[in-house]
Amino acid sequence: MQSEIILKMEGICKSFPGVRALDNVDFVLRKGEIHALMGENGAGKSTLIKIITGVYQKDAGQIYLEGKLVNLRSPQDAQNMGIGTVFQEIALCPNLTVAENMYIGRGRNAFVNWKQMNEKAAELLDSLGIPASPTQELASCSIAVQQMIAIARAVDMDCRILILDEPTSSLDEDEVQKLFSLMRELKARGVGIIFITHFIDQVYEISDTITVLRNGRLIGEYPAAELSQIELVSKMMGKALSDVAAMKKHEPAKSDDSVPVFEAQGLSSAAGVRPFDFTIHKGEVNGFAGLLGSGRSESVRAIFAADKVTGGEVRVNGRKVKIKSPLHAMKQGIGYLPEDRKNDGIVDELSVRDNIILALQVMKGFFRPLSRKQAEEFANEFVKLLEVKTPSLDTPIKSLSGGNQQKVILARWLLTHPEYLILDEPTRGIDVGTKVEIQKLVLKLASEGMSLTFISSEIDEMLRVCSRLIVMKDREIVGELNGEDLTEQNVMHMIAQGR
Amino acid sequence: MTSLKKKLDRSSHLVFPLSVLVVLLIINLIKGADYFKVTMINGVLYGNIPNILFGASELVILSVGMTLVTAAARGQDISIGESGAISSAIFVQYVLSSGNVTIWTILVGFLISCAAGLVIGAFNGTLVSFFNVQPMVATLILFLGGRSIAFIIDGKVSPILANPISNQIGTFIPGVPIQTPIILTAVFLVIVAIVLKTTNLRLYVEAVGVNPSAARLNGINPKKIIFMTFLIMGVCSAVAGFIAVNKAGRHDSVNLLKFIMMDAILAVALGGNSLAGGRFSITGSIIGAYTIEVLNRTLLRLEIDPEAIKAFKAAFIIVLMIIASPVVREYAGKLLEKAKAVISGSSAGTTGGLSQAVVSATDSSGKKEE
Repeated sequence: MQSEIILKMEGICKSFPGVRALDNVDFVLRKGEIHALMGENGAGKSTLIKIITGVYQKDAGQIYLEGKLVNLRSPQDAQNMGIGTVFQEIALCPNLTVAENMYIGRGRNAFVNWKQMNEKAAELLDSLGIPASPTQELASCSIAVQQMIAIARAVDMDCRILILDEPTSSLDEDEVQKLFSLMRELKARGVGIIFITHFIDQVYEISDTITVLRNGRLIGEYPAAELSQIELVSKMMGKALSDVAAMKKHEPAKSDDSVPVFEAQGLSSAAGVRPFDFTIHKGEVNGFAGLLGSGRSESVRAIFAADKVTGGEVRVNGRKVKIKSPLHAMKQGIGYLPEDRKNDGIVDELSVRDNIILALQVMKGFFRPLSRKQAEEFANEFVKLLEVKTPSLDTPIKSLSGGNQQKVILARWLLTHPEYLILDEPTRGIDVGTKVEIQKLVLKLASEGMSLTFISSEIDEMLRVCSRLIVMKDREIVGELNGEDLTEQNVMHMIAQGR
Repeated sequence: MTSLKKKLDRSSHLVFPLSVLVVLLIINLIKGADYFKVTMINGVLYGNIPNILFGASELVILSVGMTLVTAAARGQDISIGESGAISSAIFVQYVLSSGNVTIWTILVGFLISCAAGLVIGAFNGTLVSFFNVQPMVATLILFLGGRSIAFIIDGKVSPILANPISNQIGTFIPGVPIQTPIILTAVFLVIVAIVLKTTNLRLYVEAVGVNPSAARLNGINPKKIIFMTFLIMGVCSAVAGFIAVNKAGRHDSVNLLKFIMMDAILAVALGGNSLAGGRFSITGSIIGAYTIEVLNRTLLRLEIDPEAIKAFKAAFIIVLMIIASPVVREYAGKLLEKAKAVISGSSAGTTGGLSQAVVSATDSSGKKEE
């Protein structure tokens, strides 16, 4: 890589209360380079992007733009310096025309020369090969074309650096190809592109360089051609391949061959997971492994009917049932701790007590409220059992720490005495001590006969608690590992190679 | 002791609406010391307080429904006056059509008007919960068209309810010292209290209002709950319409409960409820409703030009809203903490037992002052 460096970041640090989001990170982007920024959740990718785009201010470090030391104080600053960003969610106005979307809010004049604007737009669209007409309403374009128009808007602002944050997550294969040819066109014009995605195949298809972050630290920068998929996965997950032998053996809960607690065939949901089969036995702990966006959350949501179930056959304890809603699932003895604690888990303004009794209360029904005394007793029991640190049961859950909030949600489901409990990322964003407590709790519950599905981005955590792993990639199950085969190396191979 | 403290903590949100009410009452007392005087005329109690309770009946009932709609749907129903006008028009037509009016005629008429209220609530609720129309837009339809519907039901006149039972419902029953609307309001509030005690209405509505996504994943159907609050709102409107029409003695489709939704929304806000939904306090809204009635009557009592009353009311409300705004609250909270630190510092000084915490607290407050 001899080409000219456009962006150079050195020793970037950024802390948030209680978290060190970026720790001494270096990053280099060259002219005409497509540079993939990789890392699991919490690795620091989005923080780094937000510093480049001026949304966050760095705590320490230097940023050089074409060799000059710059200070990015606001998104406006970044835009003026030629840094364009296209986020996953398209930030355009669907009811305006394509040209309006490309130029609105850009000129200094209060008046718009419509004719000139449309001509300029047509020229740019044409030169980038985007199949859209300037006067067309944006909403009538496909998502991919809208995405491209967002890019065109960014590019036209004399952009030297283009940041694409998960641009392909809502595109189908053809659309991805169109987007890629646009990226190649820009690359040929000398634009440096930072590309963030969770689709590993796409990274290898288009990127020249890969930078891996983990837990806020720079792991390294590699030419894409020299880094194998398996190496990339292991770097993202933070486990050297040779480390595997050092892992201590876990003691999986015993599973028997009797009637499964839950069994699904060809289950699919509106969230777009490919039809899959799934079985879990009494006292078993299994897990869905895969990178973020691989479909592991969508799969468990389909089991709980959190998304609309579109097909498949489900049996609970051998009985054929149709689970149409979360309430149905709960009545079948299934509990589900969602991945997104803030948006799907806690009811933030309600008290710890109300949050604990919520699911049980709903199962009991509208006309059978628990008495205040009963509710208090239940809540107290679980606050003690899980050692939730809260000033009182009346405290709104939003004022607890993340770990304690998660314990409250766990308490909520344990209180319903489920036969089968799904835990999606129960340990994300919580302190190490609580993590270990939750892992122990999962094993204890399983030894008492509960079946659990445990999902985590941290693979060693899953290896510690799960006796069987279902591996997913690109919204499809690519394999299953148990017993002797259940090793970190195998999981990573499967994720990387898809078989 | 601790349980009392707990109870006080739980009612802390009522401090603001109650203090507004107290301030207004004090203003009235200054104006004339006989403010609380109650006299017995023809065996019925009259005076400022009974008049307030009498006058606020419809508003109190409507503010209960408005509280629930606001909490669950995160928006307001602006068609409540029109909804009350329609259901009471139906009540009047039923009573007038059945020649001999007995208590049963009134009761059946009332139940029919409640059913009409449910239909109206179902209409609004369907638009909001199943078609995701914004509450204010959905209820704008009946706000605009409701009075015409009531006018047509009335047969394009304003029918007179000239039977003794209606008269007694609107004024008083001989031998009972309290005016009937006050009793009806009390009965209504008792029923509301029983419903809140025996069902999960509060938990469901609050969960849906705070976080519909989490509520859904815990087995609650947010659409159903929002729909239900509109049904309840419909019944509240029917009850309010029933009281209003019996008070007036005739059905005036143009002026019955006119613009009462403004006062109902204000009552909800005064009661310390967020108009963006979530947790709610019906007690707060009820206090808010009575406060508005007291305010109206205070302005009359202060002999403000009737033309200017609305402007004075608006000015008073602006002051209230600024006092209740988060900005002022935060500032007041800081002042309070400072005062606490100073007081605890000086008291600790006199007893001689300076604890580490107090020292640091006074230190930091001292630094802020610098």
